[in-house]
This record gives sequence, C-alpha cells and structure tokens, in this order.
Amino acid sequence: MLLIHCPYCEDSLPELEFAYAGEAHIARPADPSTLSDEEWRDFLFIRTNARGPHYERWRHISCGRFFNALRDTVSDRFLMTYKAGQPRPQLNEAAE
Amino acid sequence: MTYEKHHFAAALAVVEDLAPALRLSLRVKPAHSATLGQALGLDLPTRVGARVAAGGTEALCLGPDEWLLTAPEGTDLATPARAVYADAPHSLVDISDREISLRLSGPAVLDLLAACCPRNVAAMPVGTAARTVFDSATVILWRDGPADFRMDIWRSFAPHVRALLAQVQGELAAGL
Ligand SMILES: [Zn+2]
Repeated sequence: MLLIHCPYCEDSLPELEFAYAGEAHIARPADPSTLSDEEWRDFLFIRTNARGPHYERWRHISCGRFFNALRDTVSDRFLMTYKAGQPRPQLNEAAE
Repeated sequence: MTYEKHHFAAALAVVEDLAPALRLSLRVKPAHSATLGQALGLDLPTRVGARVAAGGTEALCLGPDEWLLTAPEGTDLATPARAVYADAPHSLVDISDREISLRLSGPAVLDLLAACCPRNVAAMPVGTAARTVFDSATVILWRDGPADFRMDIWRSFAPHVRALLAQVQGELAAGL
C-alpha cells in the first residue's frame, strides 16, 4: 500500500485515507466575467498532464484538509507534500 | 471440547453497543481555540489525533480547526461557548444522532480492526483517536487501551460495518 505523508497530521498514512483532487496551483480568476471563452476554457479544462513530477492537490479524510503534493506520474512516487497556500516548491527543493 | 474451544474463541474480539452520548462538532480558527477551551473548561488539543478530558467532557482534535466534543447526554456546552462567541467566532453543531458508537475489545481486537482498516492500528498510541476508514466507511477510532477501542460510525454505514465485524469475528472464532 502506498503511504502518503499528510503535512497536517505529520504522519505517513495509507492512500485509502486520501482522495485525489486534480492539479494544484490553478488560481480561480479574480473576475471571471472579463475572461474570453478561450481563457475560461483553459481555466476549467486545460491541464499540464505532466509525464514526471506533477503538482497536485489531495485531501486527507482524517484531518479533512486539502494539501499539495509533488508526485512523479511515471513512478507514482511522492517527492514531497506541503500545506495548501504554500508557494510551489522547485524540483530541486523536493530532491533534498 | 469443540464447543468449549469455540466458546473461548468467541471472546477473542468483543463488539458491544455503547449508550448514546452528546457529540458536538466544533469548528474554530486555531487563534481562537484557547479562548473557547477556557469557556468549555478544557485545553483544546492542537495536535491532530490528540485528546483531552476534563469534567466528563472530552475533546478530540480532528483537524487544525476542527474538534469533536463528547460528553454525557444533557451536558450544556452551548451556553458557555455562546458567552465567548464575540471574542471567538465559531460553529458548534450537535451531531449526537449522526453516529452510533461501538466498543471493540479483546485479545484479537487488532486483528478484527486490521481486517478492514488500512491504517496501522497497532501503531496508534493509547489515548489518541483518528478519523479513518473502515472498508471505505468513515469512522472515528478511539484507542482507550492496548486492546480496547471505541468506534463512531455514521448511522447509515452501521449495518455494513456491523456485518463485516460479525463476519471477521466468525473467522477469528474459526481460527482463520
Ligand atoms: Zn491529515
């Protein structure tokens, strides 16, 4: 079983307690009505679909919190997890 | 002989219903949790999974801004909480009837739980609790002793959880 480290519970726990919640760091436009159809489409649907390290959101059922993770989509290895609201870490930070 | 063996094995893991209790869901910003704890007469724990008990009331930290309060039925926690509402805005919701509670105990209780809980229940420190899953049903698991647990189960999931517990009890009794 895959273990995921929850930054709020500060523990590595089984993946069955977690739910995937899409790509991370996609900010909702401050004023959606000013966007063109193409820009709104991109916000809603266009994702990086990364092959390799991917910034993504997860939710932990125990603490009820969303947090962010950097996961390699090829190996399914979690490189790091961090609290929601924290800036996107660089890849070399995750390697440390 | 066979009967006696079976009888002994049945006590490996005991499932009992617990009496209804008052359950309150408390949501408050961490900055205000101390004020609210003072009003309720206990120090709200800040580490997820930690519990504090005082005067019959028990508080479990479920998340950074979420606590579960339990107390005997009829305890009034709303009035003292309301008194500090202006200083510590919060939400306090009565969820007593949302869940039923079971007591799980016996020498094989860890095997009983491990059959359906993905979390390493054996590694849970005594005196803590955790919201986790039991065969995908959300439950809160309280560890009161090395082989003594309580489990709060959402009412609508209870028949499913009870059926699984009974099945595993049967397997334990059969020596599987
Ligand atoms: Zn967590």
